[in-house]
Amino acid sequence: MVLPLSHLPSPTVADYSTKVVTPLRGSACRRGYRLIVGVSEAYFDAASAAPLHPAARQALAAALDDGWADPARLYSRARRARQLLDAARGATAEVLGVRADELSFTAGGTAAAHAAVLGGLAGRQRVGRRFVHSAIEHSAVLHAAERHVADGGTAHEVGVDRLGRVDLDAFAAAVAADGTALAALISASHEVGTVQPVDAAAAACAEHGVPLYVDAAQSVGRVPLPAGWSALTASAHKWGGPPGVGLLVVRKGTRFLPPGPADERTDRTADLPAVVAAAASLRAAAAEAAALASRHHALVERIRATVPATVPDVEVVGDPERRLPHLVTFSCLYVDGEALLHALDRRGFAVSSGSSCTSSTLTPSHVLVAMGVLSHGNVRVSLHRDTTDAEVDRFLAELPGVVADLRAEAGVVNL
Amino acid sequence: MTEPAWPAKPAEVLDCLGQRCPLPVIALARRLPELPVGATLRVLADDPAAATDIPAWCRMRGQHYLGSPEPHSFDVRRA
Repeated sequence: MVLPLSHLPSPTVADYSTKVVTPLRGSACRRGYRLIVGVSEAYFDAASAAPLHPAARQALAAALDDGWADPARLYSRARRARQLLDAARGATAEVLGVRADELSFTAGGTAAAHAAVLGGLAGRQRVGRRFVHSAIEHSAVLHAAERHVADGGTAHEVGVDRLGRVDLDAFAAAVAADGTALAALISASHEVGTVQPVDAAAAACAEHGVPLYVDAAQSVGRVPLPAGWSALTASAHKWGGPPGVGLLVVRKGTRFLPPGPADERTDRTADLPAVVAAAASLRAAAAEAAALASRHHALVERIRATVPATVPDVEVVGDPERRLPHLVTFSCLYVDGEALLHALDRRGFAVSSGSSCTSSTLTPSHVLVAMGVLSHGNVRVSLHRDTTDAEVDRFLAELPGVVADLRAEAGVVNL
Repeated sequence: MTEPAWPAKPAEVLDCLGQRCPLPVIALARRLPELPVGATLRVLADDPAAATDIPAWCRMRGQHYLGSPEPHSFDVRRA
């Protein structure tokens, strides 16, 4: 029998170490083995981190053997590592449709977003210190904006409508203001899936000579990228690459001053095996993207249609048409988000939530707040390449009972 | 019938200070239907989600969200 992950004892490093020495013998080994392959859960949180793509696993293993040397050195093994890094950069740039020398690898999506915002602002400091961004940017972008303001800059936030789509007129007006150094618009909301009008926003920016930074973490490897931007970031573990690899693209001609000490080594100090795995999985993900997007789009449509029909008092949020294929969010009235998340976990469903009780700061998701939609009882479901129809159907079959039980416990039936 | 001007003294104040969401919204949903149509209920709630969830509840339930006369205070009129 395979237990849900929530029932397993905490893993230790020894579980993994001993497994290598004596595979499949002793309780610790079995535990380690089961942790890796015995996953009975339906994993619906690809928007946080997708399971490792087989292409990434294969490339990672090969690159661990072949790519551990310092690519900045001059002996054969180092040159081999350097070639691997260049090949990874070339393959990644090709998928993104950019030049290889416009792309660098960072220590993750958050580091890439910080660099894009602070580097873009620093590069245009002579123009001004005003940063324009939507209200629904990823927290990494908002944290960079806070740093910019703490350092004496200004930030101007542009609101969204009830569906989570940025107010284009307000965005265009905001970038037209004097002293605007940089604008940021996420490609599609990581919390509700609403695709943003990046092409139009980029046109407005171009009219005023303002570079546009696009956080494309939920789009790269899944859907075609918008056009007209000056800087773009992504995160490998969102498309099935390993964690700890981010992408930063800065188009030629963009004024950009990388934050932190000047270092000619830049991404030559990146985690090379992980970077190679990220590149290999991105190429594989891009090849599968169109077929996968159409399958996910239909599954999400099923969730969007079924949940409001089978669960009373539910609000499905985000744009029903202009949306990411793989992500859907809804809120259940009178239900505690944390209790809902744990109840689903006990039944083997891994989802995330934008409810305040599930966040480290005990504040509701800034995206849900900006949209003005219900923030408690919130569930985000995001699919990956191995998600099956049966998993989604099991979720849809069990959700009404889970919500009904929680409402009965709280005494809020028929309110 | 013209609706009374707002902000005005509410018919009743519901003290949900210190309660975590969704409790203030649940308290609102329990109490409002017991008041006469047109009556105003003031909900005091300092959970950060209340400012979003009380107006959202009003929208979903067809009730009138009047606004927030001061921080942690939300007025709802029964429709």
